[in-house]
Amino acid sequence: MEKKEHLICLGIESTADNLGIGIVSSEGKILANEVEVHIPKTGGIHPREAAQHHASEFGRVLEKALRIAKIGSKEIDLISFSQGPGLGPCLRTGATAARALAVYLNIPLIGVNHCIAHVEIGRLMSGAKDPLTLYVSGGNTLITAYEAGRYRIFGETLDIAVGNCLDTFAREAGLPYPGGPAVETIAAKGNLLLSLPYIVKGMDLSFSGLLTAAVLKLRGGQCRLEDLCFSLQEVAFAMLGEVTERALAHTKKHELLLTGGVAANKRLRSMIQLIAEEHGAASKFVPQKFATDNGAMIAWTGILAYVSGLRTDVETSYIDSNWRMDEVEVPWRSLN
Amino acid sequence: MEKLELIAKGAEADIWHDIDWNGKDVLIKKRVRKLYRHEELDNQLRSYRTIHEALIMHRAKCAGVPTPLIYQVIPEEAVIVMEYINGEKVRDVINFVGNEKRKEIFRKIGIQTGRLHKSGIIHGDLTTSNMIKEKAIIFFIDFGLAELSSEDEKRGVDLHLMRRMLVSTHYMFEEELFKAFEDGYRSIMGGEAEAVFKKMKEIEKRGRYVERENTLDGDS
Repeated sequence: MEKKEHLICLGIESTADNLGIGIVSSEGKILANEVEVHIPKTGGIHPREAAQHHASEFGRVLEKALRIAKIGSKEIDLISFSQGPGLGPCLRTGATAARALAVYLNIPLIGVNHCIAHVEIGRLMSGAKDPLTLYVSGGNTLITAYEAGRYRIFGETLDIAVGNCLDTFAREAGLPYPGGPAVETIAAKGNLLLSLPYIVKGMDLSFSGLLTAAVLKLRGGQCRLEDLCFSLQEVAFAMLGEVTERALAHTKKHELLLTGGVAANKRLRSMIQLIAEEHGAASKFVPQKFATDNGAMIAWTGILAYVSGLRTDVETSYIDSNWRMDEVEVPWRSLN
Repeated sequence: MEKLELIAKGAEADIWHDIDWNGKDVLIKKRVRKLYRHEELDNQLRSYRTIHEALIMHRAKCAGVPTPLIYQVIPEEAVIVMEYINGEKVRDVINFVGNEKRKEIFRKIGIQTGRLHKSGIIHGDLTTSNMIKEKAIIFFIDFGLAELSSEDEKRGVDLHLMRRMLVSTHYMFEEELFKAFEDGYRSIMGGEAEAVFKKMKEIEKRGRYVERENTLDGDS
């Protein structure tokens, strides 16, 4: 493959309920970033139904992304896709489409780690160079920073993600979709701190017991929903804050980046800002359409990987629904 | 010298040295208020942890591991007043004593770590900066991250921290010192030791705990 100065990558994101197709240039210009969300009629995400949604919407989203980017398929230089971690059926749908496109257009394929892509688009959008990152969403909760060739995980959830905890609670309380923002709105009217389990184990977190306790209090009917939402947020975010602060003190990074779907929460943002200030670090935030799952982050990370020589063979481009970000070498980080 | 001197500022607590606290030479550990946390939650956490730390220090003593004497605990202020140990950090002396002496110290550290683990205590920050040698006694200090657990995973992390610290700070003697530590640890843990060493090796391979090589000596 000849070396080209200017590259255009089409990235496919399909780890959970979002189908995202992004088109990004090697200069870091976002040409398109289309997202289609699968909203379940009842309950949480059903993996098979979400995958079917992605499959049936794919053609339409792809066309729209190309139209917005004002390019033809011949101008795409490479295809990247979310290879994991995520829901198996959803990942497989995105991977199948990516392989088909790469083979049809006869261009290279790059499998991208979803968590790393969140950090990379966060760096691109916020201008952070070498941040400690708190990545909080419905599927992931982790604190990571680059050290010696990889993104190391300094703390993570031992069970469910913080976004999952908030969403599930919201559903139990009969709040409208999306759950996290609904909890935030109601929490703003609460002020009484109810007793809920605060679970930090070393550098790791646990939210499942907190969720159970909050749901039991809800069913008990002895407290105001406003106070319960308020307390749930206060406890969950204080747990995140503690581990983030400790990781910041330990790594001595000068930037603190907040990303993921839960990063939209104002209370969490203000906590992160306070922690950063306390440690003389700059707090960095990502525009929300690049903080939630999106295709642009996969496209951009695909470019970074491609430029440092990484390729994914179509024959072995299996998805890995439990793919940890700290298993992945990130050679592009040692280039700058 | 000032009567009260701030000697360390950690992520969680400030440490003061008071040479005349009711006539005693003491160390005052105060968990500081975290502005990002809800005030009531912050107060609950700090007072709970203060009590918890004091209890674990006491429990360590009962297991046969020297820890500083506690003179007073003030839960509502998140303060522990304890005996000031007038010795030297093991980290600072270890490279300057004779070979046999050095191994003897590490065997002793191994025995004391074994005693902690045997009685269900995980130290959580087992480095030579958190051990103070006063004459023949080695005091274990800073139980701020300690917890009660008998899981091999937690024990393994304790040993991993110890080994990582050896590699970074005392690399000239790493192998023989770890061997001495291992001997001491096994003499207390007996049949339980093997699983913990196995876990430690597994943790090393995970890479999650891999960090910059030259800043491994730990505390700040």
